[in-house]
Amino acid sequence: MAAPTPVDLSAALVLTAPLPGDWLLILPPVTMILFGAVLMMLRNRIQWHGGIGVAGLALLVLETGLLLARVAAGGPLTMTMGRWLPPFGIAFTADVLGALMAFVASVAALAAGIFALVDIDSGARRYGFFPFLMLLMAGVTGAFLTGDIFNLYVWFEVLLISSFGLLVLGSEREQIDGGLKYAILNLVGTTLFLITVGYLYGVFGTLNMADIALKVRTIENAPLMTLSALFLMAFAMKAAAFPVNFWLPASYHTPRITVSAIFGGLLTKVGVYALLRVVVMLFPLQREELSTVIAVVAILTMVIAALGMLAQDDLRRMAGFAVILGIGNVLAGIATGTTAGISGAVLYALHSMLTMTALYLIIGRAALLSGGEWRLSGLGGLYAAAPGFAFLSLILFLAVSGLPPASGLWPKVSLVKAALDVGAWWLAGAILVSGFLSTIALARVFLLAYWRPAPERVPGKSTLGRRDQWRVNLPVAVLVLVSLGFGLLPEQPMSLTQSAASSLLEPSAYIRSVFPQKVTP
Amino acid sequence: MNTLIFRTVAPFLTALMMMFSIFVLLRGHNEPGGGFIGGLIAVSALAIYGIAYGVTAVRRAIWFHPLSIAGFGLALSAISGLLSMLAGVPFMTGLWIYPELFGVQVPLATVMSFDIGVYFVVLGSITSIALTLEERDDD
Repeated sequence: MAAPTPVDLSAALVLTAPLPGDWLLILPPVTMILFGAVLMMLRNRIQWHGGIGVAGLALLVLETGLLLARVAAGGPLTMTMGRWLPPFGIAFTADVLGALMAFVASVAALAAGIFALVDIDSGARRYGFFPFLMLLMAGVTGAFLTGDIFNLYVWFEVLLISSFGLLVLGSEREQIDGGLKYAILNLVGTTLFLITVGYLYGVFGTLNMADIALKVRTIENAPLMTLSALFLMAFAMKAAAFPVNFWLPASYHTPRITVSAIFGGLLTKVGVYALLRVVVMLFPLQREELSTVIAVVAILTMVIAALGMLAQDDLRRMAGFAVILGIGNVLAGIATGTTAGISGAVLYALHSMLTMTALYLIIGRAALLSGGEWRLSGLGGLYAAAPGFAFLSLILFLAVSGLPPASGLWPKVSLVKAALDVGAWWLAGAILVSGFLSTIALARVFLLAYWRPAPERVPGKSTLGRRDQWRVNLPVAVLVLVSLGFGLLPEQPMSLTQSAASSLLEPSAYIRSVFPQKVTP
Repeated sequence: MNTLIFRTVAPFLTALMMMFSIFVLLRGHNEPGGGFIGGLIAVSALAIYGIAYGVTAVRRAIWFHPLSIAGFGLALSAISGLLSMLAGVPFMTGLWIYPELFGVQVPLATVMSFDIGVYFVVLGSITSIALTLEERDDD
């Protein structure tokens, strides 16, 4: 092959060099892939895995934080892979929504990573906990930051494959059972997603989300309703909305508690994010048509989940239903379709990432205190054993049930107000009733597990060393404090979610960032 | 399988297929082939060796753990993409150099190192699966 001859490349390639700050867009998933790869190469040095893994997650928090600051100040960012002009090159596009989700997800993952230093013993590390965690985070951040719908599918696969690995860590019988249900139902959901993407490509001839958002305004006689209904079904499966939520309570109590925390905090939110990005942003009219369906699904999800929380004895199963309850609330916001409703949904998703991770970690901490007891009927005396921890738990329980002072109140207030504004009093009523039921469920946990005197056979004191005490208490405390800060100073997060919601409903800035030449009004 | 014919032929077959896999890998730049299919051919070579001489022999022959090989490939591919950061072009843009080796111009590119990374990822991960399955057979 000869050296290249000069040709006019401006028709095919991006010729302007990316700014140094634009690299923040691609760095989160690439950093995680690199860390995962290095940890795989160091598979015989598992004593290094914890340190390297936590350092990688801290770096991820830094990168996504800088990205969020940049996007919040300067609007959406785009970088196309391999210099090809969009829609041919795969675009990574971050707006406030994607950057916000990526940042909060990394904070939750960092907390879980620190907790894992104690919870994940060397046996489970040998199975590759930290490499899997890194690749999972690559999938999660990649899904939040990509601007191409097929690429979104690829990141879904990346996080799904790593989550299979994490779920069966240790290969116990119960884990294989839960893992099988999880794997099959999620594969069905992902396959449905892939089929729909193929259909979408057949209709639009493009996979770039900004390009689709442009074309959807002018296209005629396209089966848009079918497409959006299929996407709704696929992402509802991912997000664990009723009636396709049964895989979650069947599997989330089987893995290590840190793994449950990461799954409960992050994975369903990726489904929610995809729902917001694809159904709300790309198919606004069809979402309007489907809003009654979404509202009914939201109500059933909330009510079933709240009843499930009341019915469970195993705390990990109860937390699984708490995750589903959050999904119902987010769907309620999507059903209203107003800026306030979408903003409330985004805020609730962020709140849910933090508090669900913290809830699982608190359950894990309680189990460490009481010698591996997960059942509510067997727990007791936690308040006497660890008053500070009991105080943190109380704040978190209030947050999960949507009461002040922590982060649960504001998203719920915005959702109820948004539902009332569109005249859906029944939706607002369902949000309040399910919140009330979850308050009862969590109050019962506090009463029985914390205030009730400890049963005789349970050792009152934990057997952890001083350093391990720090490693389990610090992440719980940080997550609860972040959630508390969220609740006490809601202006900043709420203005961010407000701009995230308005950029979803009016994506002209998003489109302009991908196609600067096609300036839309 | 312990037939004499197979055990005699297997090392030659493995060596031949390994060479062929590298040929397919390098050919893949401009013609059909590439890292993925090259990696699969290399895995088949190792599988044949494993069927003839057992899993332990394969593990000894490849020296590194298969998953470490996959990790190396993943890192190589990611770094190939990141090199474009130094050149001031977007992620994964192909960068070329044209060194003269022994009077022949040899075009080298980050596209190629990416593909070599894919080769190692496929080689490592599928070998790991194949060896695990064959190990279960031995029990």
